[in-house]
Amino acid sequence: MELFWFIALCLMLIVYILLDGFDFGAGVMYTFFTRDESERRLIHRAIGPYWDANEVWLIAAGGIMFMAFPLLYASAFSGFYLPLMVLLWLLIFRALGLELRHFVDHPLWHQFWDVAFGVASFLLALFYGLALGNVVRGVNLGGMEEGAALYDSNYFFLPLWNSRFSPLSERLGVVDWFTLELGLVALLALSIHGAAWIVLKTEGTLAERLRKKIPVWAAVLLALSLAALFVWQSIRPEALQNYRAMPVLWIFPLLMLAGGIGLLFAHRLRADWQPFFFSSLFIAGGLIATAVSMYPMLLPSANASHPDLTVFNAGLDEAGAQVARVWFAIGIVLVAGYFSFLFRMFRGKLRE
Amino acid sequence: MEDALLYARLQFAFTISFHYLFPILTMGLSLIIVLYKLQFLYTGKAIYNRAARFWMKVFALNFVMGVVTGIPMEFQFGTNWARFSELTGSVVGQTLAMEGLFSFFLESTFLGLFLYGEKWLGKRLHFMSALMVMLGSWLSGLLIIATNAWMQHPVGYEILEHGKFVLKDFRALFGNPWLWPVFLHNQAASVLTSSFVVGAVGAFYALSGKREAYSRLFLRTAVVLGVISSVVVAFPSGDWVAKHVAVHQPATFAGMEAIFETEQGSELVLIGQPNMAERRLDNKLAIPKVLSFLTYHEWDFPIKGLDEFPPEEHPTNIPGLYYAYHIMVGLGTLFIGLMLWGVFLYVKRRLLSSRFWLWLLMLMAPLTYIANLAGWYTAELGRQPWLVYGLMRTEAGVSPAVSAGNVLFTFLGFVGLYVLLGLVFAVLLGKIIYQGPEPKKL
Repeated sequence: MELFWFIALCLMLIVYILLDGFDFGAGVMYTFFTRDESERRLIHRAIGPYWDANEVWLIAAGGIMFMAFPLLYASAFSGFYLPLMVLLWLLIFRALGLELRHFVDHPLWHQFWDVAFGVASFLLALFYGLALGNVVRGVNLGGMEEGAALYDSNYFFLPLWNSRFSPLSERLGVVDWFTLELGLVALLALSIHGAAWIVLKTEGTLAERLRKKIPVWAAVLLALSLAALFVWQSIRPEALQNYRAMPVLWIFPLLMLAGGIGLLFAHRLRADWQPFFFSSLFIAGGLIATAVSMYPMLLPSANASHPDLTVFNAGLDEAGAQVARVWFAIGIVLVAGYFSFLFRMFRGKLRE
Repeated sequence: MEDALLYARLQFAFTISFHYLFPILTMGLSLIIVLYKLQFLYTGKAIYNRAARFWMKVFALNFVMGVVTGIPMEFQFGTNWARFSELTGSVVGQTLAMEGLFSFFLESTFLGLFLYGEKWLGKRLHFMSALMVMLGSWLSGLLIIATNAWMQHPVGYEILEHGKFVLKDFRALFGNPWLWPVFLHNQAASVLTSSFVVGAVGAFYALSGKREAYSRLFLRTAVVLGVISSVVVAFPSGDWVAKHVAVHQPATFAGMEAIFETEQGSELVLIGQPNMAERRLDNKLAIPKVLSFLTYHEWDFPIKGLDEFPPEEHPTNIPGLYYAYHIMVGLGTLFIGLMLWGVFLYVKRRLLSSRFWLWLLMLMAPLTYIANLAGWYTAELGRQPWLVYGLMRTEAGVSPAVSAGNVLFTFLGFVGLYVLLGLVFAVLLGKIIYQGPEPKKL
């Protein structure tokens, strides 16, 4: 039962990252790699019908987390208070940038919302990496300071950073060199994902230019990911336990690797869906691989005095979980239906 | 933690009030769009389709605002009300999670199809997508009210030893006696608001002597839907809700009506200012015994006053509660009056030429938003000092590790951001209305 909800939550979050990820990435491309108004309009049209349906996955995943792991929701959302609020503000700006730009035909109006959209997309991609970094690194549950707990054992409050930006100090912050590195990994991965979406959805010089850039970015991405993996191993040596217990699970890290290697050859791939397929493989494989190594942990404790939050101590009661399984199954099937309808409706290429 | 509690409440109240301005309109407007699409399907007249497309533009702008201000609402359960989430998540999480899965996906997918896909979909499917958008937005209202109804009148739960609520009976969440009257009341109020908004735009065109065909259509819609919805808001739904409050939350009822002492046959207060020090109403204007009759159908039925409840169970802000309730009821009465007058003019075929009535309609449209908010303030101030009525006090639900300074910081951030949002929204809405249903091609 706990495993069911763990998988359901991870699934929803991963689908969210895959979907909203491409429009974040497209936002980064929009700001830094377009040359004229027609290219910018093209990107707008390539994500216009999708972005708000994509963002609903975040709301839905939040709802599932609230229901299935109430203590995790309470602890993590209040503990990451400041970064989450900043995230909300960025989401607001980004959405406005996308939707309000076309209302007024004036260059200053366009410039303002273009910058809002671009900067917010860039920072959001970075933020999701930081968030992942914080979750795998663990947090100071109970708020230990000099041996004394400031809060109940399940709660914490994370400052934005500590004075040394170190993931090893007693007072952890949201931003340290480890989480920042994962932030860069996410920024690169989602940028590539967005570029691959543009290659998939559009025709013309923009798509050609981006296709040539993907392999270069992918090389940096692979190097950064490997480095992050080694650091994580040294912070949490037990991260490979689940893989030792069930070697078949190595398939997920291998899928990630396959996706990364595929991206290295993006400029030679014939079919336009292939770069997007490989970037999805890289992101999904990487996130599943991370989830596999975390289970049953949800939020690790960085100190010895307080236990981790796990699917067992943060989860839902049996009766609630049973009925929720029924409606969750129905709901997910419906959603899959809507999305296949939406994507089929708007399939095909956009031209300048 | 006193200040943190205050700021957390202010932040929630501010962000939910601002957020709710958008769904108020979208729920009712989706119905109007469906009706226009239906008329287009049957009559084939282009004006209905253009009207539907025009209002869908307004809908889409409101929808974007609703989405971006809605995500902070969900997040705040965790960020600011962590204890509440921890202890009640297995119950209220059900309806909230269902909202994401069953209504938001439906609404956002089909809105995308409606806005971008008219050519591919054809008439029938385009109508269907409008219907799906409406279904999604009404379902969302239902699930949010189911969540709120549980906080107002908890059912189907069991409390474990650490104070954690677990779900005993899923069906009870939807059979909650609080849910259906409030849902009907709320949806009728939303239809009322959108009738007024559609009517106000019609009145604006009529008064400026422009787009006569559209102003005629919009005013007709406003009068027909407006008179039905403004009556349903009061009776049966408002009446029904008030009776539930009187039975399930008697202390709240006493606060709403500012009844300080129990008496045989309570009076219906029209005007008066609660004087908390002297425990009476100043400058009171009231009709004797009518409140008892309206509530219990007996002229002399005793209604419990605040003196019957221990002070710690009194609503925390009695004057605020009293005013919210009376503003709602007072405005609701005005709306019924204006709409009945509108029906009279419509029957006499003088709707477009009655400038005074048109001016009133145009000026009163914003008041419907105030009435909606006042209604919710009545419900929410009335629930205080409880988060889960009778079981969990508000101060027990706040996040234990978030300091007052941090909450104040984000509260101020939201105020600043939402002022900007509100300005942008007003400008854009004005632009859509000014351009009208048949804007010149760029």
